[in-house]
Amino acid sequence: MRIGIDIGSTTVKTIVLSDGGELLYSSYERHYSQVREKAVEQLKQAAVVIGDEKPTIALTGSAALGVAKSSGLPFVQEVYATAAVVKARIPDADAVIELGGEDAKIIFFGNSLEERMNGSCAGGTGAFIDQMATLLNVSVSQLDDLSLNYEKIYPIASRCGVFAKSDIQPILNQGGRREDIAASIFQAVVDQTVGGLTQGRELKGKLVFLGGPLTFLYGLRKRFIETLELDDNTAIFPQDAQCYAAIGAAMCAESQNAQDYDDILRLLENAADEASDESPIMPLFENHDEYDEFTLRHAGATPEKIDNESYSGDAFLGIDAGSTTTKLVLIAPNGGILHSYYSSNKGNPVTIILEQLKEIYQRYGDRIRIIRSAVTGYGEELIKNAFNLDLGLVETMAHLRAAKYFNPDVDFIIDIGGQDVKCFKIRSGAVDSIMLNEACSSGCGSFIETFAVALGYSIDDFAKLGLFALAPADLGSRCTVFMNSSVKQAQKDGASIEAISAGLSISIVKNAIYKVIRATSAEELGKNIVVQGGTFLNDAVLRAFERIMDTQVTRPGISELMGAYGAALAALDNWEFGLHASHSHSFGNQETTVFANIGEYSKMEISTILGEADLSGFTHEVRPVKCGACTNNCSMTINMFSGGRRYISGNRCSVPLGTSNITEPNLMKYKYEKLRLMQGKGLGTGERGKIGIPVGLNMFENLPFWFEFFTKLNFEIVLSQKSSRELYILGQRTIPSDTVCYPAKLMHGQVESLLDMGVDNIFLPCLPYNFDEGISDNNYNCPVVAYYPELLAANMPRLKTIRFLTPYFGLHKRKGFISKSALYFKEQFSIPECETKKAAKAAYCAYKTFITEIENEADDYIHYARKNGKQIIVVAGRPYHIDPEVSHGIDELICSLGLVLITEDAVSRRMTKESRKVLNQWTYQARMYNAARYVIENDDMQLVQLVSFGCGTDAITTDELREILETNGKLYTQLKIDDISNLGAVRIRLRSLIAAMENSLVEKS
Amino acid sequence: MAKLIYDKSGRLLFTKEMKREYTLLMPQMLPVMFTMMKRVFELDGYKIDLLTSTHRGIVETGLKYVHNDTCYPALLVIGQLLEAVNSGEYDINKVGLLITQTGGGCRASNYIHLLRKALEKAGLAHIPVVSVNLSGLEKNPGFGISLTLIRQMAAAMIYGDLIVWLSNQCKPYERIAGSSDELIAYWTDKLVTSFGNGVGLRKKEMRRIMKEITKDFASIDMSSQRDKPKVGIVGEIFVKYAPLGNNGLEQFLLDEGCEPVVPGVTDFMIFKINNRVVDVDLYNGSKLKRFFASIFQRYIEGLQSEMIEAVKTQSIFRPMGTFSDLQRLIRGYLGYGNKMGEGWLLTAEMLELIHMGINNIVCTQPFGCLPNHVVGKGMIRKIKDDYPQSNIVAIDYDPGATKINQENRIKLLISNAERIYDGFDDEVDLLACGLDYAEIDENIIDTGNDDSEGKGKNKRSNRRKGDVSGRGKGSGKGEGKGKGGRRHRRKEKEMTRVRF
Repeated sequence: MRIGIDIGSTTVKTIVLSDGGELLYSSYERHYSQVREKAVEQLKQAAVVIGDEKPTIALTGSAALGVAKSSGLPFVQEVYATAAVVKARIPDADAVIELGGEDAKIIFFGNSLEERMNGSCAGGTGAFIDQMATLLNVSVSQLDDLSLNYEKIYPIASRCGVFAKSDIQPILNQGGRREDIAASIFQAVVDQTVGGLTQGRELKGKLVFLGGPLTFLYGLRKRFIETLELDDNTAIFPQDAQCYAAIGAAMCAESQNAQDYDDILRLLENAADEASDESPIMPLFENHDEYDEFTLRHAGATPEKIDNESYSGDAFLGIDAGSTTTKLVLIAPNGGILHSYYSSNKGNPVTIILEQLKEIYQRYGDRIRIIRSAVTGYGEELIKNAFNLDLGLVETMAHLRAAKYFNPDVDFIIDIGGQDVKCFKIRSGAVDSIMLNEACSSGCGSFIETFAVALGYSIDDFAKLGLFALAPADLGSRCTVFMNSSVKQAQKDGASIEAISAGLSISIVKNAIYKVIRATSAEELGKNIVVQGGTFLNDAVLRAFERIMDTQVTRPGISELMGAYGAALAALDNWEFGLHASHSHSFGNQETTVFANIGEYSKMEISTILGEADLSGFTHEVRPVKCGACTNNCSMTINMFSGGRRYISGNRCSVPLGTSNITEPNLMKYKYEKLRLMQGKGLGTGERGKIGIPVGLNMFENLPFWFEFFTKLNFEIVLSQKSSRELYILGQRTIPSDTVCYPAKLMHGQVESLLDMGVDNIFLPCLPYNFDEGISDNNYNCPVVAYYPELLAANMPRLKTIRFLTPYFGLHKRKGFISKSALYFKEQFSIPECETKKAAKAAYCAYKTFITEIENEADDYIHYARKNGKQIIVVAGRPYHIDPEVSHGIDELICSLGLVLITEDAVSRRMTKESRKVLNQWTYQARMYNAARYVIENDDMQLVQLVSFGCGTDAITTDELREILETNGKLYTQLKIDDISNLGAVRIRLRSLIAAMENSLVEKS
Repeated sequence: MAKLIYDKSGRLLFTKEMKREYTLLMPQMLPVMFTMMKRVFELDGYKIDLLTSTHRGIVETGLKYVHNDTCYPALLVIGQLLEAVNSGEYDINKVGLLITQTGGGCRASNYIHLLRKALEKAGLAHIPVVSVNLSGLEKNPGFGISLTLIRQMAAAMIYGDLIVWLSNQCKPYERIAGSSDELIAYWTDKLVTSFGNGVGLRKKEMRRIMKEITKDFASIDMSSQRDKPKVGIVGEIFVKYAPLGNNGLEQFLLDEGCEPVVPGVTDFMIFKINNRVVDVDLYNGSKLKRFFASIFQRYIEGLQSEMIEAVKTQSIFRPMGTFSDLQRLIRGYLGYGNKMGEGWLLTAEMLELIHMGINNIVCTQPFGCLPNHVVGKGMIRKIKDDYPQSNIVAIDYDPGATKINQENRIKLLISNAERIYDGFDDEVDLLACGLDYAEIDENIIDTGNDDSEGKGKNKRSNRRKGDVSGRGKGSGKGEGKGKGGRRHRRKEKEMTRVRF
């Protein structure tokens, strides 16, 4: 008789096998971190089938490591155990895919056995699905049911749970169908597994699917089957699939280790938890006196009181349609709150607002008159259109407005909401610099809540638990995925629920401070700090913030409603402004500049918001469509409301909106289009054959050089297809490292597309050195750009069928390149050396010409902007950021907002070298420093930095760029981009930037 | 506090006055070698403290003062230095920081600058930072690297590599726990003392001493059964070597009943020198510089072969390979121009291990390490294709990565390693599936001579390597092997048969 116990990150599975291999007992339950207790409980239940026999036992699973160590019971690694059982039961299997609570595993049989587990940044599969279900406010099985009725699949980042969540939020907020979202969530799991784990080895033949999620979720199964094009013979979902690792462990148990059942039980029961490392973190509160003093200090900040039972008169409505929560506030002209509402979105903010408006009308009837209504947040456009509200304003402005109400001298605001962290410094009453989190910090606020709910607590109770924890657990600060697995480790180490509650609050604050604010002391922030956002309602979080920053802050009593309250106050301002200023537009009241169409609204008597009668017939229909108006093929969602109002989202340009598509000059687009023309034979004959060039990474810079070079040598240039998500998917399975940047990942698809076009040669040189432009200490390329060709050669088997040229060249040494390339091409194509040398010289000229053209074009744009009074944005990134698939249309968005766009390389050479505090050793990065220095010399320019997720060099450049800009009174805006980027978040950042720019203009005038 | 003097670029210099008064703090990376280096510096009149702290506060401080997306080693090293400065153990007006600087296109070249930024943020800008490098970057009046010092450091590196290499082969088998460590302490102390007397630096002396060291380690009381699974460690230099960086990986492997095999740092040093030669070959440049670099390279290579000869005097020890072996092995994988970070060396070390019969490899890297996308994770697929018996796991190290996840992955590697030794089998005929676990290369040192010739050919002809269906004989490397005649011994061991 054999016992196998599999203790995973979320569940415990215990099985008993007879000597004949028959499954006598099995159980599968969530352990809620009561790891050992649950195992003991299951083992006790199994006693019936074990009887007097002397069984052998083995433990397996990630959480069993510690238990095995302290109990002395044998341990078998779970992937190893799984491989053993599959080999025995399904001998002709070609591969196994197993999804667990936190780990994804893949086992390939066949010629060489390969076993892989997900990397650290791709954590969370089962846990991820749990989180997504919570997000949609459904159970996991309801999520499964929903997914079966999908109509379309949205692309959702499959990198990790945090990224996926930030992609799902906007879809939810824009009214995407839950069925579609559910299926898209499962598709993301499939993409992550297939893309992240196969790493170049093809998934084919007979596949076995194991683990809890794949056993119970039919929608997930369906996505795997469809994606991998499987059928009943090739997709195997074995019976007891959720217990395979446990069965495998039992099979692997050494028969000589048989022992009495009672002994086993005793060993397991006495397996004392390993003492957890002493926590380096101080308790949040030493005693209750400290806590009382703290609560008293924070009790003061509340809005004016008002008697809402008797009040009658004017009212102003503010709505904050946030990413995870919807907030609504109705105020009287004195700022007193008549009605407020705060709730999780539950996947549909429109329904929530509808209910709330109905309630307001019912409760107040004719007593009040809504004069103005304003909305802010992610769902701004949707809600504004749905209910015909008067005003929409960007979140940062709403928060600033509200903070000023509580502390007119406020100089720093930090808002930790469910999804986002927003910080802004205020100088002379206006936003001076804005820090918004990037994807990795997303979802921290709602993480605590999700976590509390998973443990069966309300968020309030859970937070309170941590206040007096003696040794808060150290749970890291990278992101919620990492925190999640740290929590599990802490639990296994015996950390109490109190310690974890306190630890989570501290981790979330650390994430905000270390990753978003990047400040080391309170002095850097300011004297009057206002904290807000739902997360700060949690006293533990508030205390952690004060502790870590060693300062005292103001937390308004309506901390969670501040966005909505700010919107309501802005609505009030707008009305007052209309009363006081008879002419339509004048600078003077800076709050008002947040509304583009101020003149029109400020004169109105009463809000355009739907009245009670309109609400009774309110309908909302959502239709997903693919826009075919241009090559972008945007996936759009059309929301249709009663009364013929429509709201379209997901579009990159204004064509589907039916308005004209006039945008300002865009140098990224200009450059891109110019480069795409560089194919064909040029002035040559093309007689030497075709050379394929993947247009990615530094080819966006060097293509003019190589085009001239090869066409001079009478080659015909074939460019890879324009990048797209489809192109990325085409090459996805050959990507070995899932944490590399998206531009590099795209190279795989680009090479595939060239291979499909049937070229004989592909040219992609290794260039550790870049051109020396005299603006940096050294002139390197980053390691990825420099050596990616070698990675492609090693990971893309199809490249072996053609000639893939990846020579090491040094373009920075002209003479060297001319002679070395002459030798190389003589060897490769028997081209006479003198011919190559001539081509090389011509190539240098062509490159120089191209640079000059770009710079001249930029001059024209600057001239145009100044003539027409437009602001100029210098987008500082890398040459490859001009790829529309990499920048996701950010350039078009910038230009559609009325800004003129030029790029960093067009202005960087206008400045000379200046020494930096960091080693300035990469050419492309050096351009950004110079561009920033150019921007500070020009009043009408601002800089926006594009950063690819995973770019290691930008960890160095961002701090430096920010310093250059901020010490000179400019704003620093960073946009982080990856394989999928929701423009919603980008739009908020850009609008905040524009609002701040306008403010500074006001100040100057 | 000494007078603060700055150079033209505004960098705070380490002056001669400081040399007299200040204590220099130095982060730990290679426990044996750095202990010797510290002593070597002390011989030169510096006051040095080697930081060996590993507590969690280091990471916290690092996170606070360094951009969180910067690589983990930078975060740790800077965190460790700042922690020490703030610990109250030192007079913050009489302390300097010592940090190594390699230069090159990897962002690691920026550590020193990030450290200065962090000091500034922490209000400690008056603390001088001293760069230890051989590239002539950042000179300081109070800190010079004399030729004697270079020779002493080179000797410390060679001796250190030797001692680590030998002790790693003793520790798992020692009968009296701690006897290898005792011998390490004995020799490091003895060596540095003799350096002080000008002894032990000349090649001839080194030859003699290294043989003595080898003999001493061979005479440690060890179990005669030397059959523990061997696990190689390669990776980014800091997380590869520093226990702080890799959560005590070597100790973990020892605890799990494995023999860790860690390629030495000498190859890295030669690699960095060789890069200068290669740069001139690839792109043109100063022939004179190339000449000097190749002299330096030959000098270290000479010492390296003495070290290998010494190991060979005791048959119980597995000798290390030479730098030129690595150069041969890498052909067909990466160009010599791949030099940022650990560059082609990292992949070559994996290949070297496999050719030594060590198929289990942990490839360590900081989360998001740029060069390792290519030379680490990027090459595993190809190695696996060429050597199906290889068993490689890539582990990311990061402030937020949990130890349990790392250990579980290493456990998987070890399970598979043990499978080789236990002759794991069941009703299914593994051989028929091509799962030839029972086959091992044991105690075969293959310099890779024949294989690399084959590789060269393979590259030129773009032929697909390895007819895997005909396996059971070897590593599936096709033409590459042949006359080299790698012997294979079938591990004859009782198979535990399980019936289902």
